[in-house]
Amino acid sequence: MINIETPLTDEVVENLKAGDIVLINGYVYTARDAAHKKIVGLIKNDAPLPFDLKGQIIYYVGPTPAPPGKVIGSAGPTTSSRMDSYAPLLLSLGLKGMIGKGQRSEEVRQAIKKYKAVYFLATGGVGALLSKHIVSAQEIAFPELGPESVKKLLLKDFPVIVAIDCYGADIFKR
Amino acid sequence: MRKISKEEIIETVRKLYMDTVICLPEDVSKALNEAYQVESGLAKEILRQIIENQKIAIEDKIPLCQDTGVVVIFVEWGTEVIYEDGDPMDAFNEGVRLAVRDGYLRASVVDDPVFERKNTKDNTPCIVHFELTPGDKLKITLAPKGAGSENMSALRMLKPAQGLQGVKDFVIETVKNAGGNPCPPIIVGVGIGGNFEKSAILAKKALLRKLGQPNKNPAYAQLERELLEEINSLNIGPMGIGGNTTALAVHIEYAPCHIASLPVAVNIQCHCARHKEAEI
Repeated sequence: MINIETPLTDEVVENLKAGDIVLINGYVYTARDAAHKKIVGLIKNDAPLPFDLKGQIIYYVGPTPAPPGKVIGSAGPTTSSRMDSYAPLLLSLGLKGMIGKGQRSEEVRQAIKKYKAVYFLATGGVGALLSKHIVSAQEIAFPELGPESVKKLLLKDFPVIVAIDCYGADIFKR
Repeated sequence: MRKISKEEIIETVRKLYMDTVICLPEDVSKALNEAYQVESGLAKEILRQIIENQKIAIEDKIPLCQDTGVVVIFVEWGTEVIYEDGDPMDAFNEGVRLAVRDGYLRASVVDDPVFERKNTKDNTPCIVHFELTPGDKLKITLAPKGAGSENMSALRMLKPAQGLQGVKDFVIETVKNAGGNPCPPIIVGVGIGGNFEKSAILAKKALLRKLGQPNKNPAYAQLERELLEEINSLNIGPMGIGGNTTALAVHIEYAPCHIASLPVAVNIQCHCARHKEAEI
């Protein structure tokens, strides 16, 4: 088990190998389909982004609303491949990690290798368990997208598996 | 004849939806526990999280999975039931709306699929399949379905000459293509025969059958066993990271079909196999 803190550095990423169990601590940002579309739109228009991508991790999640007294509802990963067409651009701008579920395209795997990043697999459908590892949640952009808005989450010992490491090793390719 | 009111339907749907997203059916829970016993390494760790997740969901009363789905409802409507409160769909949708509000469920429905894709904010409309049955009861089976596994489902119109092998190849191909995306261990619902839409409904209905209960027709039961064995030898495993548990079950439902047809639908269900029924 490896503990890491965000934002990620090259040194931390180089130390992660496909198949490692990792606990993530620190801030990550949520974005899924519609948010990715908007972020890429902003990049193309040279507009400021909701957060600086450098060294950051994006968590592909659309949580359920927080019940009273809780910071967030159920918050498990969504299928990453839907974000494949956007990921290489974000990686080229400094994004260091992604958390989601399922396999990635060859293009994304190559981009992960090229820009020294990492793709983490979280267990799908265990949103109740994963919500226990989210200490705070703050909506920071695109509130009109509802569950797809961009949120800044503070993670504590958030459990993931390294699925694609910065050397290009892919846990789904066996 | 027996009168059933709008309020009764609303409350039944509300309660079913709120319950089903928090608590899995016992047979699914049991099958996941059994899978945990036989797996090892990362696959075992994933199954441990899945089992732990069920405890937390019940304790904290929050959904097992953040994708609280599109609500699919199968209704067996007794022909002796009288309903005088207008469009019954209003009642089903209202039940869903209240559950989303009271249960803090995720709104995952957009109003049109291509252009605006504007969130309806309350998970309506739900999808309801009505069936007429004898008697004076209303049986409601509610199965919220997430997109992760629904997106990996497929339907194909085979040629009759492709026969048994064609069916097997298509099911295996669909499961292989899905890989880790639909949150394995999965349940594979297969609908064979009928026509285009009938096969799809059969495949979804097959997911509602109790795990471990084979098709009553021995030939189809045999096909279920063979497919399950083959799927579990693909080494997809929990969440696609490898292992012997790719599927917990394969359930087939079939119906008569046209001499020129052999429709096959494969509806994939994630490990979070939520469904619950009630009778009014």
